[in-house]
Amino acid sequence: MLELDNLVSNVHTGLMEALPHWAALTIEYILIGVLMLALYCVLALILIFLERKICARFQCRLGPNRVGPWGSLQLIADMVKILLKEIVKISKSDKILFFTALFLALIGSLCTFGALQFGKGLAGIDFNVGIFYVLAISSLGVVGILLAGWSSNNKYTLIGAMRSGAQLISYELSAGLSILTMMILAGSLNISDIINGQAHSWYIFQAPLPALVAFIIYLIAGHAETNRGPFDLPEAESELTAGYHTEYSGIQYGMFYLAEYLNMFIIAGIATTVFLGGWQPFQINADWAAGFNGVMSYIPSYIWFFGKAFMLVLLSLWVRWTFPRLRIDQLLHLEWKILMPISLVNMLVMAVWVVLFF
Amino acid sequence: MIQYIKDILSGIKNLLLGMKITMINFIRKPITECYPENRGVKVYSPRFRGELIMPHNANNEHKCTGCGICQMNCPNGTITVKTKQVEIGDGKTKKVLDQYLYDLGSCTFCGLCTMGCPQKAIVWSNNFEHSVYRREKLVNQLNREGSKQEEKKPVTPPTVEKKVEAPKAEETKDVNPNNQ
Repeated sequence: MLELDNLVSNVHTGLMEALPHWAALTIEYILIGVLMLALYCVLALILIFLERKICARFQCRLGPNRVGPWGSLQLIADMVKILLKEIVKISKSDKILFFTALFLALIGSLCTFGALQFGKGLAGIDFNVGIFYVLAISSLGVVGILLAGWSSNNKYTLIGAMRSGAQLISYELSAGLSILTMMILAGSLNISDIINGQAHSWYIFQAPLPALVAFIIYLIAGHAETNRGPFDLPEAESELTAGYHTEYSGIQYGMFYLAEYLNMFIIAGIATTVFLGGWQPFQINADWAAGFNGVMSYIPSYIWFFGKAFMLVLLSLWVRWTFPRLRIDQLLHLEWKILMPISLVNMLVMAVWVVLFF
Repeated sequence: MIQYIKDILSGIKNLLLGMKITMINFIRKPITECYPENRGVKVYSPRFRGELIMPHNANNEHKCTGCGICQMNCPNGTITVKTKQVEIGDGKTKKVLDQYLYDLGSCTFCGLCTMGCPQKAIVWSNNFEHSVYRREKLVNQLNREGSKQEEKKPVTPPTVEKKVEAPKAEETKDVNPNNQ
């Protein structure tokens, strides 16, 4: 009843009837692009507000509480401030790469964001190698970070970018392996198929042991890919001022900031899609639970998606405000000696599980 | 291999312990005080040094004898005690307090003045809202207009003195807010 898929298909058929095919498609592309960008910015504002409030609560503070009710307009004020700030031009930097880098970081996260399915019938793109596309395009961000550090011509940014490169390339591996483990269970790379396969029971319940291990490993690796929390050594402020974005100012810095927060949401979104059933409601696969399943199905699918994703974001914030930063050797030790062997063994366990039980 | 698994398990245990501690703090009530809203609600410690005041009793009398020990004790020259000589009959003169000037702008709230005062004539109040627009306004005169020194109590045995002292202390406390 509250689902948006009817609205979307009505708009689609209406446009197709009223206009020639090419014009309708153009309008739809523009509409979806604008909607995605708007959602991207609104989510960034919500996430930054959430982070400030929750981080304050973890430190027994109140957080922003002066501008607007509960400080909710603080973010608007900060946004206006960052838009009005001067963009400092670095005379000895490689100007073209310096300006390209932040767009690469932003495009990487925007393209990944576009591949998420926010609800029933609310998918920007949907094709047969969706998860592969997500993994591939999310690695574009590291190019942006490396270029940002390199072109700034500054020792802090270079060290930060190199750390970031080492970190992201390493953790991409366990993230990919844990997604691959789930793909063995799903049997498809298409995001729609993955979500539909979880209609009766989420994948994390279909194969509890290997899926749970893969889930935790994906959360750790994904958290590391966002350059946050205990893995924030690319921008370790105590040693590298701000790491790879030291030389960026004003809205350029704002773009990196935006991409960082949205990456957090994207990781949560992918984990939701692959492990927690995407926009599928929580269902118990039994006859006696029909009433419960009906009630759960009544909740709109986009609320399910955002609810699950925000729960994972909360978990990420919890981790981020709990643990101290790792050293670079500890970081690589964690990935190469602990997470990756476990992922490989886990993939084997999943293969055996699928052969035995499905 | 066994050591490797043990290390991982103990690591997970310790990470969960850390997360438990932060979650306890997350659930706890925030300790932030919302300042202008909690005016008059928040109770400050009596030892909190807001500003120097000279308590006057109901008859507009203070206890300062104008001895100047506080002025000598003050490391910053914050306190200036101005005295005058008055005739008290029989051709005798007595030194009494004329003006007790206290410059809030240079006070470091060290407390040497109140510690050294033999009459306990000056005390700390909790008021900390000192901001004014001009620096000259930070110099306050602590003794009130037309106030005079309290008459000294006749020397009495210690048992009686205690009874007299107790209500007196309360009296000065009551007067404190008037002076702020």
